[in-house]
Amino acid sequence: MDLQHSDFIVFMGSNMAECHPVGFKWPMKAKAKGATLVHVDPRFTRTSAMCDLYVPIRSGTDIAFLGGLANYILSNDKYFKDYVVNFTNAPTLINAGFKDTEDNDGFFSGWDAAKKTYDRATWQYQRNAPPPAPAPTGTAEQHEGQEPAPKPVAGQSVKGVNWGTEIAKLLPTFPKEDRTLQDPQTVFQILKRHYARYTPEMVEKICGTPKDLFLKVADIITSNSGPDKTGAFVYAVGWTQHTYGVQLIRTAGIVQLLLGNIGRPGGGIMALRGHASIQGSTDIASLYNLHPGYLNTPSANTTHDTLKNYILTETQPTSFWSNTPAYVISQLKAWFGANATVDNDYGYDWLPKITADHSHLPVFVEMMDGKIKGMILTGQNPATSINAGFTRKAMRNLDWLIVRDFYETESAAFWKAPDVDDSSAIKTEVILMPAAHVAEKDGTMTQTQRTLQWHDKAADPPGDSRGDLWFWWHLGLRLKERYASSTATRDLGIKNMTLDYDPEPADVANWRIKDEPAAKKVLWEINGFNYAKDWKDRTLLSTFTLLKDDGTTAAGAWIYTGVTPDKNTNRAAMTSGKNDGWVSPNWGWAWPANRHQLYNRASADPAGNPWSDRKKYTYWDATAKTWKNVAGDSIDFTATKAPDTKPNPTGIGVAFQSGSDPFILKTDGKGWLFAPVGLSDGPLPTHYEPWESPVNNALYKQDRNPVTKVWDVAGNKYNTFAGTDFPIVISTYRLTEHHLSGVMTRWLPWLAELMPELFIEMSPELATEKGIKNGDWVKVSTSRSAATARALVTRRLRPFNLGGKTVHQVGMPFHWGYMGIAVGDVTNNTSALVADPNVSIHEGKAFTCNIEKATGPSDFLQRARKVPV
Amino acid sequence: MTATQKGMFVDTSICTGCKACQVACKEWNQLPMEDQEAVHLGNAFLADSYDNTGHLSATNWRHVKFMEQFSDDRRTQSRWLMMSDSCKHCVDAGCLEVCPTGALFRTDFGAVDIHNDVCIGCRYCVGACPFGVISFNDKFDGTTGGPHMVKGTVNKCVLCSDRVANGLGTACAKACPTSSITFGNLDDLKRLAASRIQALHARGQTDAYVYGWDLKAEGYDRPSDGAQDLKVVGGLNVFYLLLDKPGIYGLPAHDPGLPQKNILPNAGGALLMAGVLGIAGVASFRKRRMDAAAPAAVE
Repeated sequence: MDLQHSDFIVFMGSNMAECHPVGFKWPMKAKAKGATLVHVDPRFTRTSAMCDLYVPIRSGTDIAFLGGLANYILSNDKYFKDYVVNFTNAPTLINAGFKDTEDNDGFFSGWDAAKKTYDRATWQYQRNAPPPAPAPTGTAEQHEGQEPAPKPVAGQSVKGVNWGTEIAKLLPTFPKEDRTLQDPQTVFQILKRHYARYTPEMVEKICGTPKDLFLKVADIITSNSGPDKTGAFVYAVGWTQHTYGVQLIRTAGIVQLLLGNIGRPGGGIMALRGHASIQGSTDIASLYNLHPGYLNTPSANTTHDTLKNYILTETQPTSFWSNTPAYVISQLKAWFGANATVDNDYGYDWLPKITADHSHLPVFVEMMDGKIKGMILTGQNPATSINAGFTRKAMRNLDWLIVRDFYETESAAFWKAPDVDDSSAIKTEVILMPAAHVAEKDGTMTQTQRTLQWHDKAADPPGDSRGDLWFWWHLGLRLKERYASSTATRDLGIKNMTLDYDPEPADVANWRIKDEPAAKKVLWEINGFNYAKDWKDRTLLSTFTLLKDDGTTAAGAWIYTGVTPDKNTNRAAMTSGKNDGWVSPNWGWAWPANRHQLYNRASADPAGNPWSDRKKYTYWDATAKTWKNVAGDSIDFTATKAPDTKPNPTGIGVAFQSGSDPFILKTDGKGWLFAPVGLSDGPLPTHYEPWESPVNNALYKQDRNPVTKVWDVAGNKYNTFAGTDFPIVISTYRLTEHHLSGVMTRWLPWLAELMPELFIEMSPELATEKGIKNGDWVKVSTSRSAATARALVTRRLRPFNLGGKTVHQVGMPFHWGYMGIAVGDVTNNTSALVADPNVSIHEGKAFTCNIEKATGPSDFLQRARKVPV
Repeated sequence: MTATQKGMFVDTSICTGCKACQVACKEWNQLPMEDQEAVHLGNAFLADSYDNTGHLSATNWRHVKFMEQFSDDRRTQSRWLMMSDSCKHCVDAGCLEVCPTGALFRTDFGAVDIHNDVCIGCRYCVGACPFGVISFNDKFDGTTGGPHMVKGTVNKCVLCSDRVANGLGTACAKACPTSSITFGNLDDLKRLAASRIQALHARGQTDAYVYGWDLKAEGYDRPSDGAQDLKVVGGLNVFYLLLDKPGIYGLPAHDPGLPQKNILPNAGGALLMAGVLGIAGVASFRKRRMDAAAPAAVE
């Protein structure tokens, strides 16, 4: 919604008009008000059609492009100096041992070639010497060149622990700074050197983007930024699905910090989430490595052996995350209720610990190895997902598979996929359970702006269909029953779960289904309450600052605390938006604390005054001695902390930060141009080629991200890097007319007919080279497999000229499969299991393939067409 | 024209081609998929940009057109036009003028609606529509195609007459995410159109003009230079802001006028014939159609 206030919007790694068509009305509003809209993309899409400028780019080269923008900003003095000096870590000095990829041909210092990992010691801040007396209690390695990491002692209970005292021991000294930005070890100077070779000419050579168009973008974003103007970058999975996806988004962060576009109205980097509540399922943790509220899952590979060690490892002493003990203990109390006491470390030991990367891709590799016996799929269709042929084969090793969905999906029917010759040889017991639709159940969705929206059940689902909440609750209750008499330690977690979501008689009085759990109780538990055994005695909490670390409060996810401040108020269900101003604070509820613009203290200058009248947002009212916001947004800062407040060297959490440090979740309160911690593949984003690319890295001898997660296993062969067999760049994507693997659309007549068939988009230049005409059948192949699709020959795609070498790019939507009304070959039969080292996202947006004219649909597809709808 | 005249203004300059209008139309009016077998068997792909429904029809009352305009170098010209098309509910509506039974009629809101139970399936209207909108349904009945389908009769957009009569706008306008389709009072829509023309011309997009009405002649303020508005068939209650010549969008480049000017001799002959043979001819024509619709009647 804030995009309506942008003066420029760059869509990059996003096809917003097609994939987020409803939200696209806000950029259109900005355009009507005079904003300049730019689309940087390999294809001219429906988003490009709406923009003032379309800029072509070869898939997977966005870091080079954005690094080029950073270089343009730095070398032309276009950065927002007051913002950069005060609000970012540009002045901070980095360890003298730091070596950049520019010095090291594509590697940062700390590279361990044998382990293929980085030691981050040389990436750390230089810090002031500790005061002479009294002697500091923090450990020595935090002070020079080490991230603040505690060295907890194993085996202690939390009983009697004073967290304040414990955390104080972890406090480091302040980082060293040079606010003139001249010291060669400042982040600013390192950044400048790092991107110096990312010139417009280099951008053209790597990205295939004509230099004049690149410079146009550079001019648009710099002339529409500053005290008086702001602009936004908008991205989606076009940025994430790369073997350097996290670094790619970091590059945009660097550009926006340099331009002063973070924490200000109309600014920011808009992450468009993939579907209705994908934000909610990240918040309330469907990822293996996160517990709700972005608390790390306990791991067997770090000092998480006891609750005390877990908390001391996870708590950042110098940021808002210093409150971690209260969030963790309240969460355990929410899950285990009366069974969680200080004497048993609130049940921490009952939680399973992760031992490795258990994300999507490695799970299927382990399944192929026969290590995984059963799987429950709720609303997921892996049979058409990354390296789909491998995935379907792996599924044959399952003893049992439960699929909860609306239709018999490709995953439910994996055993009779068109490439299965003898389905009787597959022994998997498949149970397809009909799922309820969103309108058939109560609950919330959290959308892309972090706003929770409640929906009421409108009808009972038909027949045996049930909602996911019903399924998981009843499964939990039945497991508790099964394990009631178990004496095994490993079963204590199941035995001690509370699961007290019984519906009140009034909740189900008007419905056929009487054993539907009360979704509002789940939301109340997530929100948090003053702990009491029974719901009738529980009072809900209005904000996360009320959470305690002593077991007297319970909260499933601290970030959601306040959504239901009392039992009669559900702020997620509020829709009083008409006369609510443009932030609409009373329409739904945005976590945390109904904060719509994160880090909004940055919308005021260091002294607390608005950067300009036009961009006035959060500001310091010196008379009232409090921060205020012009649009009713909640202040993302301590409300009464004056701008001139000095940082307190012995203060815990935000007290360690000054009154002009807006980024309160960072350990120094600064926006990080340089990331000393948090990333496994470098403190600065560097251009690498995709894992499969037709060309070598034009900048470094190191072609690819050295930390990339690869699975060198049978059925997942990679195309030769920069080889000639697969010379064409391919990108996979979505269309407006379908959703993901098509389960919610290919079965729907009205949508199926709008996009009935899988197609491949290619330029007329490539089509001519291959003898392909518009509408022809085309075979697309990789080292994994092949798929057939209809040719859509269009000038919306174009060949790229990379320093004299022509590289073609094609694109394929990935919505189709072998079930439903609209069937098609599986695009993902061609993609590979390969992933970003930080978050294990696959690389679906840039790999290589070859294409040839085909005489007709593949056998696979012909067999799929024979299955009646 | 009075203030109660309703219509739609379709601003193609902000149409994202999402087809939400097509789906909303089918959902509200419960219109069937045109050909499920063709979709399942792979015979529905048109290889025509992002268009796979191809045309307006008895079951597709809305249709989004896609026009790719790219020069070889993609620099001289580089744009993708989209336009959501439907019945224009013409002021001088050819279909309505030629309908011999009164099956086509003008609603209180100025729209052209259809009484399918009065339609005899003569198809004069099909030939009389200068925009190729109204279409004959010889496939679906009420059971297979929903409440609007009576086999052997014609169908087209009815400006959601049931919604409008209850104070709601059209389903397509409601679903449009960018307000490219706006439903409202005709005079308000003309004012909106004039302001959009002004804004686009001010941005340098002087090829924007209105198709359906001459805003200046209607007394609305719009720039004199650049592309000129075009009034056709006495005005269109569903009218457009276009960025290129009408022919690019498949619309007549000149006012086609009332089509019965051309076909009136034939229509007159038919009426004369009906007079000679008596009402029996028409009645039997109608009976055949009702027989075809028999399953729907059972329902």
